[in-house]
Amino acid sequence: MEKQKANIDFNNEVIRIRGLQKSFGDYHVLRGIDLDLYQGENLVVLGRSGTGKSVLIKLISGMLYPDAGTINVLGNELTTITEKEMEALRIRIGFSFQNSALYDSMTVRKNLEFPLVRNRKGITRKEIDNAVHKVLDAVSLSQTINQMPSELSGGQRKRIGIARTLILNPEIMLYDEPTAGLDPITCIEINELINEVQQSYNTSSIIITHDLTCAKMVGDRVAMLLDGQFQRVGTFDEVFATDDARVKPFYDYNFIE
Amino acid sequence: MESIESHTEQAPSGLTKVKNSVISFFLMLYRVYAFIIRFFKEVFVPPYEFREVVRQCYETGVRSFTLITLTGFIIGVIFTKQSRPSLTDFGATSWLPSLVSIAVLKALAPLVTALIAAGKVGSSIGAELGSMRVTEQIDAMEVSGTKPFKFLVCTRVIATTFTIPLLATYTALIALLGGYLNINQNEGTSYATFIEQAFEPITFVDIWASLAKAVVFGFTIGIVGCYQGYNSTKGTEGVGKAANGAVVTAMFLVFIEEVLIVQIAGWFR
Ligand SMILES: Nc1ncnc2c1ncn2[C@@H]1O[C@H](COP(=O)(O)OP(=O)(O)OP(=O)(O)O)[C@@H](O)[C@H]1O
Ligand SMILES: [Mg+2]
Repeated sequence: MEKQKANIDFNNEVIRIRGLQKSFGDYHVLRGIDLDLYQGENLVVLGRSGTGKSVLIKLISGMLYPDAGTINVLGNELTTITEKEMEALRIRIGFSFQNSALYDSMTVRKNLEFPLVRNRKGITRKEIDNAVHKVLDAVSLSQTINQMPSELSGGQRKRIGIARTLILNPEIMLYDEPTAGLDPITCIEINELINEVQQSYNTSSIIITHDLTCAKMVGDRVAMLLDGQFQRVGTFDEVFATDDARVKPFYDYNFIE
Repeated sequence: MESIESHTEQAPSGLTKVKNSVISFFLMLYRVYAFIIRFFKEVFVPPYEFREVVRQCYETGVRSFTLITLTGFIIGVIFTKQSRPSLTDFGATSWLPSLVSIAVLKALAPLVTALIAAGKVGSSIGAELGSMRVTEQIDAMEVSGTKPFKFLVCTRVIATTFTIPLLATYTALIALLGGYLNINQNEGTSYATFIEQAFEPITFVDIWASLAKAVVFGFTIGIVGCYQGYNSTKGTEGVGKAANGAVVTAMFLVFIEEVLIVQIAGWFR
């Protein structure tokens, strides 16, 4: 299925990262990242396991703190932001975890209600129910509303995880390997969901993946993370129009004939 | 990639090992202290998560109820049975009720309850929060602005602080019941006489000291369990470590606190 033309505003950067560095002990994971995410676009971040893709979006969502560099998210500079401002900013960013991170002691309904009732004071029961049904509809899983996370399949869990972030109407979505560990057909369904979210919720997203089908289907731009920096950024075809021995294998191994 | 290989560490010498473990011990003390401070900072700020507190109280009670009932009763019976011969030698079996009640109310009930709760409740808090940490559920709460510390930690610590004194009271009653049944069977002491003799040597300071002990134990078990779970390391073995660490540390602290509180209560007599 072809991706619908996205409505991107290239003059409006929702995320602007300059010279970002992060180390753990002696290991320099990120060594000077520059990145712009434009309003309305889907940016795919590719990279091998352990290159620091998850670390990057954890820095963007404020779960980790950078060693050097600046991260500007929706006009807020994360390195100088106050705790209060960070709290307000967090609910404008949706984070879909690599392993879904559903609250496994709660039903699907409670999982979805949880961020809502705790962030919107004085919300009515009816409003909550409407919001829950709306996001469940968006991920086409209305029938699971009373199930426990342990009763869901991997793909269903991913989608409920996405629904749980959508319920707060985020402006930015960060997807950490949304298709990892899923069968090809479920992958494509998730990719379609990501595109639908982009269209109907008007989000700007960073999608982390090593799945090139996913990159091709959802990415307006693709960025390749290599040795702690973005080596190639552009459209899918631009990024792979190279003989770089670190980039080419990525493509070749994904599409073995 | 080469940067990873080039930094393989040399095996540390004995002295550095000792130095490191001393440093890490004090680092841990500081982190526990910061954790407790954070608890007191957040616990008085609304929302108070009343429903979650009630649910956690229920969990705490249910988890330890059966074992506490059994242990309390057996302690009462056994203690009475074992004390009888030495009193018989002095012809002083009439002291048995007061002996049992002193032992149970002043020492055994809070301590036994705390140890059982450390095993049952502390470990499950550690495991529960540990697995939530490992599976990034706590991070997920954090990034969706839902204040996991308040929801997960404050509620559990309040629950154990409140419930364990109740459980300790219950343990005391059950143990006294065990003692009474045994005495009633052997000496034929009536219920009214037993109660009268049992509470004769007990002062209010004793009761308050025991309750205070139970409160401190409850707080300790909750805080330690939460600390271990909340800060558990990634990976599956992190959960086991958190659960185990919760039990061991809590029991250790309970013994130390027991000694301290007995000392302090002594000053008020
Ligand atoms: N909290 C942390 N403490 C210490 N090291 C960490 C931490 N988080 C990540 N790392 C290290 O940073 C490196 C990058 O990790 P990251 O999770 O970002 O990889 P990734 O690119 O997302 O890989 P994958 O595709 O496998 O998810 C890894 O070597 C990891 O060990
Ligand atoms: Mg990752």
